[in-house]
Amino acid sequence: MQLLIFYVFGFIAIFAAVSMIVVKQPVMSALFLIVNMLCLAGLYALLDAHLIAALQVIVYAGAIMVLVLFVIMLLNLREKKGLITRHKVAMQGIGVVIVAFVFVLIAASMDFVSFSQAGAVSAEFGTVAGVAKTLFTDFILPFEIASVLLLVAIIGAVILSKSRT
Amino acid sequence: MLNQYIPVLFMIVAAAGTATGMIILTTLLGPKKEFSDKMEPFECGVSPVSDPASRFSLSFYVIAMLFIVFDIEAVFLFPWAVIYTKLGVFGLVEMMVFVLVLVVGLAYVWKKGALEWE
Repeated sequence: MQLLIFYVFGFIAIFAAVSMIVVKQPVMSALFLIVNMLCLAGLYALLDAHLIAALQVIVYAGAIMVLVLFVIMLLNLREKKGLITRHKVAMQGIGVVIVAFVFVLIAASMDFVSFSQAGAVSAEFGTVAGVAKTLFTDFILPFEIASVLLLVAIIGAVILSKSRT
Repeated sequence: MLNQYIPVLFMIVAAAGTATGMIILTTLLGPKKEFSDKMEPFECGVSPVSDPASRFSLSFYVIAMLFIVFDIEAVFLFPWAVIYTKLGVFGLVEMMVFVLVLVVGLAYVWKKGALEWE
């Protein structure tokens, strides 16, 4: 049953990701990206990462997609003849090579043996309390650094938008 | 663990069923009288006066960007609040440092006038 759900979510996620790239209208791409993110939330739930699954829906599919839609409206994209359309095949080739390189790097850094030997997780794993306990005790430094990262994002947003005044 | 998601599944089915049901039923049952004025896009009953795909003000983007940053701050507050009693004073100090850094950001945004609408 779990395997079946995994294949359904995985297939829809890949289909949505490919559609996102292929469709011409930017808003359609954004909508397919939402579908992709919702399927990823389902996959997180399958992995017992319940809090992450909920946050994936709220933060990514909700808040960040709003930002993406704003950017689409802001730029008001029309198809233009530019560098990318002229060297289309070369650009796509470079993109494929870079993605393949990153994929190989990620795959090489993974420890597949310990994945296959992983046993059942505790009942608390991935729940709000479980994540909170780990985050606020073992990973306190990354948590505090995250606040600095958010501060940088705030200042960056203000500087980029206010530079002309 | 996966059984807990059965209500979520029901919710998805109910939401998708409502949406598709509305579209299918109105297509089947609704009267179809098409004339040129009706088929034009309109906003609040007024015919469009300009190209709808116009550029938007940058202020929308800034507000959305700041919203996401403080949204993520709230996301961190939620698990903290769940186990607040277990963490005690240590947790309070920890979160106050986190919030303080972001309050600096909020003060900066306020002072720069990024929240003002131009």
